[in-house]
Amino acid sequence: MNSTGLPPELQALQAKVKSAAEEFGLECFDVIFEMLDYDQVNQIAAGGGFPKRYPHWRFGMQYDQLSKGYEWGMQKIYEMVINTDPCYAYLLNSNPYIDQKLVMAHVYGHCDFFKNNIWFSKTNRKMIDQMANHASRVKRYMDKHGEDVVESFIDVCLSVEDLIDPYMPFRMEQKEKKPEEEKTDTIKFQAPRNYLDTFMNPKEVIEKEKTAIKEQKKQEKQAFPAQPERDILLFHIEHAPLEDWQADVLSMIREESYYFVPQRMTKIMNEGWASYWHSKILTERVLHSSEFIDFADRHAGVMVTQPGGMNPYKLGIELFRHIEDRWNKGKFGKDYDTCDDMVQKKNWDKKLGLGRNKIFDVRRSHNDVTFIDEFFTEEFCEEQKLYTYDLNPRTKKYEIKSKDWKEVKERMLNMLTNGGQPLIRVQNANFKNRGELLLKHEHHGQDLDVRYCQATLTNLEKLWKRPVHIETESEGAIKTYSVVNGEFSEMK
Amino acid sequence: MSLYNIQRDHARFKNIIKGKIKQDLKKYISNGDMIVKKGKDTVSIPMPQIDIPRFKFGSNEGGVGQGDGDVGDEVGSDGQPQEGDGQGEAGNQPGDHALEVDLTLQELAEILAEELELPKIEAKGKEILEKQKDRYTGIAHQGPNSLRNFRRSFREALKRQIATGTYDSENPVIVPIRKDMRYRSWKTTEEFDANAVIIYMMDVSGSMGDEQKEIVRTESFWIDTWLRSQYKGIETRYIIHDTIAKEVDEKTFYSTRESGGTLISSAYKLCQKMIETEYPPDQWNIYPFHFSDGDNWSGEDTKVCFDLLENYLFPRINMFCYGQVESRYGSGQFLKDLQEQFKDGNEKLALSKIENKEGIMKSIKEFLGKGK
Repeated sequence: MNSTGLPPELQALQAKVKSAAEEFGLECFDVIFEMLDYDQVNQIAAGGGFPKRYPHWRFGMQYDQLSKGYEWGMQKIYEMVINTDPCYAYLLNSNPYIDQKLVMAHVYGHCDFFKNNIWFSKTNRKMIDQMANHASRVKRYMDKHGEDVVESFIDVCLSVEDLIDPYMPFRMEQKEKKPEEEKTDTIKFQAPRNYLDTFMNPKEVIEKEKTAIKEQKKQEKQAFPAQPERDILLFHIEHAPLEDWQADVLSMIREESYYFVPQRMTKIMNEGWASYWHSKILTERVLHSSEFIDFADRHAGVMVTQPGGMNPYKLGIELFRHIEDRWNKGKFGKDYDTCDDMVQKKNWDKKLGLGRNKIFDVRRSHNDVTFIDEFFTEEFCEEQKLYTYDLNPRTKKYEIKSKDWKEVKERMLNMLTNGGQPLIRVQNANFKNRGELLLKHEHHGQDLDVRYCQATLTNLEKLWKRPVHIETESEGAIKTYSVVNGEFSEMK
Repeated sequence: MSLYNIQRDHARFKNIIKGKIKQDLKKYISNGDMIVKKGKDTVSIPMPQIDIPRFKFGSNEGGVGQGDGDVGDEVGSDGQPQEGDGQGEAGNQPGDHALEVDLTLQELAEILAEELELPKIEAKGKEILEKQKDRYTGIAHQGPNSLRNFRRSFREALKRQIATGTYDSENPVIVPIRKDMRYRSWKTTEEFDANAVIIYMMDVSGSMGDEQKEIVRTESFWIDTWLRSQYKGIETRYIIHDTIAKEVDEKTFYSTRESGGTLISSAYKLCQKMIETEYPPDQWNIYPFHFSDGDNWSGEDTKVCFDLLENYLFPRINMFCYGQVESRYGSGQFLKDLQEQFKDGNEKLALSKIENKEGIMKSIKEFLGKGK
């Protein structure tokens, strides 16, 4: 397939970039480039990269901000690419030729990642069509039930769109299995001799335990859901008293939310991988010698890290290069890990040349959390000058707290886990035996923002149509916040 | 590729914003400095980000950064991770971004009008002020050659040739004849050119402090906004006075601080002179506004003022507005005097007492609610 809308020189460029990418072993979907002006780019970016989305004011707000950002010269969008087959990518028509080169190479990097990374394997590659379907369905509901009614229902749904289970797509098959056969409850100890049985298993104890088990089973049956449920959206679709169109809208939003999950899970890797390859493809194959300075300037612009910031492009590309270097030199395994001699470690080189293979493996099977967890080393932390910072309550300023790699790593993993969002499950849908909804926030050191919590619960009540509660921790104490008929309170 | 129709969403978003501004109009009116004028016809209004609420973490406790520095060094100015070039979404802590909303003065005036239920102003002297203007908008069959419309003429010729079968697609020569010729033609339209002038007068005697001036400044911004939306061409003039009056520019008007007494009549006299020399009342809609703390020097002078108002100003102006701003020395007599003098009410006089910033909204309504 071709990008037919492109001028001939860019078509030629695309062919060149593509063959270079293939030569390096990248495996991409077909890529279709669309040339757009800045206003069209902003429109599409407002819709998350998709040309058709359901009507909602939030896209208008994003468009407003992007347009202003561009018109005031504060930001512009260089590249956009979406995970579909064929892969669509957009070029800004006012970009100079060198930028188009960089963007094209970058896009091929992303495209390879979309196609091969395991976390993307369950996404709908025809999402453009699906989004357009959603758009027309929502429009139909708007015609029928009124624009305001549908749009404010979407507001409510968006409030909880993050409350899904990112691992669900990989568990689908398992979930459909029949529940395991009930175990026969042998609570008796196996007596080595028959005559010992009455001693080891006194009758009254056995009876007592039996009733206890019965009691527990009865409770389990009553508990609903039986296991705490992470996919709160699905739970509402199945169990909340929604009208048909409402359930349909909610299921569309859930589907779109699942579609975007892998992108959030692999931000660092995805951008790092694309940056690694735009750099490789351009410097080793596509650039003319007169273009190197311009390229270096653009590349540095992409890699720039503000003080106190973390740039996923920079972090990703450096970590991939770090891994490549380690596997090239054989800096892994027991020998290397147990070596105490820092000089020896530094000069370690077994000339294995396994680096390229390793990074291809890594891009296939990891996500940001496991990527950092497995490959973030002391050397890398030092080399990249990473640190953690905190607010100094005395000076009201952010200060560097630590440069210790373990602390940095822990902080990073914390920030990446669950996309930096609180982990929340449905605990009980028949709370107080009154059909009220109890959620539970799994607390890992960070408290919830109470104001947002209140507004979100209020929206959730509109879905569940019964009071909703959330159990969380605040300043070290267990607390339960409730919204009952729109009134927020803390349960005592 | 058909593009997604963003216009509808954008319009919805703007509507939501306008709704929010309307909701919080009182806050915006009371805090004049929240609204920043940008260019000639637009203002920018800060507004908290309209967010879709989600469960999220509370305190922004810190993060991971990259760069030079030792333990204990300060990070950036606000420690907020900044976005780099590209489509970066660095940092996972949401900050409290303010949304800058741009509105045209016209839109702002509409919101003001809806919220305060202001009537549209009926400009006086519509009949007198009409002007005739020629606009070339039409097409005619006759006309001077200098106004020939080639495109239309040739199109007519082509039509005729096709209709009569003389058009040859092999040799597409088109020759217009006299009947095909088309000429641009004009229409004379009558334009109502309602001119208006606002004459701001302010007492800058010692008793008018900064806070009082701030109130005047804010109030006159809104008055400006409203009147500008009602008239095409509008002029503003500024007069300050203590015992003598003088004309100043806008900046001086709000920043001058004199000391000494107050002779209100001095300002009215200058206003009279201005109208006499520059704004013939049959051609201008005139809006004098006077702000003072109401302490006039003497009863004598107050009488002079009444005389000027009744015999000179009222017959010539659309509306005279007097706003008495409460100062820390209390408020003076002038408002009461006016009320007594024009007990029976005068449709050209609007009086208002502005106690503090919160009173501005009410006062605007009192001034502009009459629709004059």
